[in-house]
Amino acid sequence: MGVFESLTFLGPELLLAVGGMALLMFGVWRGDSVSRQISIAAVILLSLALIAAAFSPAGQGVGLFADSLRIDAFSTFAKIIIFAAAAFAILMSDRYLAGEKLGRFEYPVLVLFSAFGMSLMASASDLITLYMGLEAQSLALYILATFNRDSRRSTEAGLKYFVLGALSSCLLLYGASLIYGFSGSTQFDAIAAAAAGAADRTGLVIGLVFVIAGLAFKVSAAPFHMWTPDVYEGAPTPVTAFFAAAPKLAAMAMFARTLIEPFHQMTDDWRPVIAIIAVASMLVGSFSAIQQTNIKRLMAYSSIGHMGYALIGLAAGTRAGVSAVLIYMAVYIVMTIGAFACILLMRRRGGLTESIADLAGLSRTNAPLALILTALFFSLAGIPPLAGFFGKWFVFLAAVEAGLGWLAVAGAVISVVAAFYYIRVVWIMWFDEPAPVFERDIGGVLGVTAALSALLMFPVVPALIGRLQQAASVAAAALF
Amino acid sequence: MTETLASQPWLSLITFLPLLGAILIPASRMGRPVDANGQMSAKDQSMADKVAKNIALLFTLMTFVLSVVVYLAYYDPALPGYQLVEKVEWLGDGVNYKMGVDGISILFILLTTFIMPICILASWDSIKHRIGDYMMAFLVMETLMIGVFSALDLFLFYFFFEGSLIPMFLIIGVWGSKGTKQFAGIEMPSRVYAALKFFLFTLLGSVLLLVAMAYMYFKAGTTDVPTLQQFKFDADVQTWLWLAFFASFAVKVPMWPVHTWLPDAHVQAPTAGSVILAAILLKMGGYGFLRFSLPIFPIASDAFAPLVFALSIVAIIYTSLVALAQEDMKKLIAYSSVAHMGFVTMGTFSGTEQGVEGALFQMLSHGFISGALFLCVGVLYDRIHTREIAAYGGLVHRMPFYAFLFLFFTLGNAGLPGVSGFVGEFLTMTGAFLYNSWIAFFAATGVILSAAYALRLYRQVMYGELSKPGLLAIPDVDRRELLMLGTLMAFALYLGFNPTPALDVFSPSVDALVEGYSAAIAAGGR
Repeated sequence: MGVFESLTFLGPELLLAVGGMALLMFGVWRGDSVSRQISIAAVILLSLALIAAAFSPAGQGVGLFADSLRIDAFSTFAKIIIFAAAAFAILMSDRYLAGEKLGRFEYPVLVLFSAFGMSLMASASDLITLYMGLEAQSLALYILATFNRDSRRSTEAGLKYFVLGALSSCLLLYGASLIYGFSGSTQFDAIAAAAAGAADRTGLVIGLVFVIAGLAFKVSAAPFHMWTPDVYEGAPTPVTAFFAAAPKLAAMAMFARTLIEPFHQMTDDWRPVIAIIAVASMLVGSFSAIQQTNIKRLMAYSSIGHMGYALIGLAAGTRAGVSAVLIYMAVYIVMTIGAFACILLMRRRGGLTESIADLAGLSRTNAPLALILTALFFSLAGIPPLAGFFGKWFVFLAAVEAGLGWLAVAGAVISVVAAFYYIRVVWIMWFDEPAPVFERDIGGVLGVTAALSALLMFPVVPALIGRLQQAASVAAAALF
Repeated sequence: MTETLASQPWLSLITFLPLLGAILIPASRMGRPVDANGQMSAKDQSMADKVAKNIALLFTLMTFVLSVVVYLAYYDPALPGYQLVEKVEWLGDGVNYKMGVDGISILFILLTTFIMPICILASWDSIKHRIGDYMMAFLVMETLMIGVFSALDLFLFYFFFEGSLIPMFLIIGVWGSKGTKQFAGIEMPSRVYAALKFFLFTLLGSVLLLVAMAYMYFKAGTTDVPTLQQFKFDADVQTWLWLAFFASFAVKVPMWPVHTWLPDAHVQAPTAGSVILAAILLKMGGYGFLRFSLPIFPIASDAFAPLVFALSIVAIIYTSLVALAQEDMKKLIAYSSVAHMGFVTMGTFSGTEQGVEGALFQMLSHGFISGALFLCVGVLYDRIHTREIAAYGGLVHRMPFYAFLFLFFTLGNAGLPGVSGFVGEFLTMTGAFLYNSWIAFFAATGVILSAAYALRLYRQVMYGELSKPGLLAIPDVDRRELLMLGTLMAFALYLGFNPTPALDVFSPSVDALVEGYSAAIAAGGR
């Protein structure tokens, strides 16, 4: 396939990259006064990219540029969610950034660039494109973390993120170079062939462990999670909302493809590593969250725990397992976006509050918001009839099928600990005496986003979860 | 086993009718102006409360009438198999939305729909704040409880079973009583502690059920209950699966030693919450044993039966003794519930027809009697605002009607012949006797103990001098309370003298269950 022919399959990426550049130029030319228009244009671009990804001409899947990028059902599934999550991140930030006098035009442009990087991550089927996609995304995210550049917390968060992110990139690169050295290629299929033929895979395994460490950092799985709470807390809240959603899915998609496509033969080698990371993440996420008083830190630990559950599916290493990961991540992202929309609504006298105690008695002072948060938190805890429960069900199912019953039992038992801190938030909202009220204006994008995500938590259309499962199953099949 | 399809989705209608009511309550509040704190004006608030109460009563009554009509018109008690079956594809690959009833579950549905209007009536005046939310929680609760008893898909069952934690958690936590308690270094109201304990105990039990369910799905390729009941799991696999199911249901029943959440939950819950908890929620565990443990894991059930008997006997004797020492009326009745549910588990795992029918009957009768006892305590609590036994005495002089009703239910709780409680205890003990006479012997001592604590409670509350100043002007039961307690009394009395109608409904399904159970054990080689 020639270069130009390959480009025809890269509609979404081209839209984001070229569109992002154009918006950047426009912003530089007109200044911050047009930041709103640029936001709207960015959302439109993301929607177009979403449509282009959904109706990609790739069909069963094509490999581009000597098979270093692959457009298939798996990447399409991931991209649709990534673009939607990025679009919501821009929409949700609007009011906050205006309120904090941060309405710079770079914000939507950076989100576009990171979405571009994430899109590459979902498609990368070569260690080099993988690294490029990862860095394209990460560099944009480092800047976003420090977006409130006059705030010490924000710059500290960005710096921490950058230093640790650079370290993890080093680990990943080192691992990639080892893999290249022992297999003679950076392309996934070639590595798979080399791995299948190799008599001694020790070198590959060592390389793979480094790559896993680097990837675990990106999905913020324990023991590589240290940066998460600080970055979540320090970054401006809409940025945190963005961090918690789309990049997690992109990294998880990349994680799955990197483990399955080249190293499917070696599943037994990497399965224990992933299983241990999963258990560690669930433990850290559940136990550390109990003591938190800041809701953003709570969400950070919650996301660490949830990555642990998603990794259970990955540890299974089967088609059902990858499908479960995708379902889990899709549900997780809807919950997270909804929860952050609610957090962004916790405004008092024009400023955001982040303390869990401020939610006290919310059910009496602001019943709609309390109901939405209750649904979302019970869903995060994985209690039926809410969607989070279905995510857990598919993950456990995959683990049991792969003979990892112990991992499913561990996940189930730890989920009780996690339930404790989720329902702590619920009891603060329902049982405690009311704290001073929030601003009552819950209209606009935030209110709609929050309500919509809470509604999606209920199987309103019972077939909805069934459809999601079908799509995820088709997507997962593309990797095998 | 045969399955008879329903002409119309009757069970879904019964199940989701209360949910519709729950949605109407906030809808009825829309459009009323609120101030900056989210509060309505006092007049609007009382209006909205009244509407909420009436909606709740109307929908629970409608559900009751509908369930009775469906039972009379469409349910054939002579058939052993599942009836009124409806099935819609849900998650694909063998996980379906499937509802259906048989002789084991139908009466629980009727019990639920019957108890609910009484619960709403019981809360009519005693709930003072957030009435709309309260009624919503109860209506949602009803949907989930009916769903538990009518689900014919394990996944769907779990869905309802676990979902019922959320409304009950809120009912205990928001409308529970006062007082504080230290837990995990945090000073918290004891109602929050009780709600939390209830939630976490039950959740810990049932997450293991979730994993077991995943395994069963992996093995059998479906979560369809009739299919699973025919599916033969290997004996060693059965052991693990049985234990996982046991963890879940034993907490719910509750069996000793995982019963400790129940007294806390009962004491803290509002009266109607206690009634639901005792009358229906506990039955979910007993129902689960009968629906899943016995038919799906017969070999493991048989192997573990001695364990269950041991725990049941401890529950019957030990918790009865604990009940003797209680100073809080609700706690006393809560412990007596644990003892009575001990008879249920004992009868269930005897694997005999008498034992299983007795267990079912005991659950039904316990639904009426313990529900009524909690209502009786609620009557006093509404007037004097304490549940301390020591705070009462001599009430018979001021409250003759109440004294009569309370005596009736107290004796019924102690298993007096002529009241439904006797039939259940007698049958379960017969069943246990057929299995092993010593078990029946020990269980029978529990009956004596239950008379001891019941009569002690009655003597201290009702007899003696009416000397406490707060009690001198205590009014007797009013018409609303008389209606609630009178209906329950009529049922308990009717079933006590004439248990046949209920037993006739049970017996075809129980026969089939026991037959299959014995055959599986014989094949498994005991």
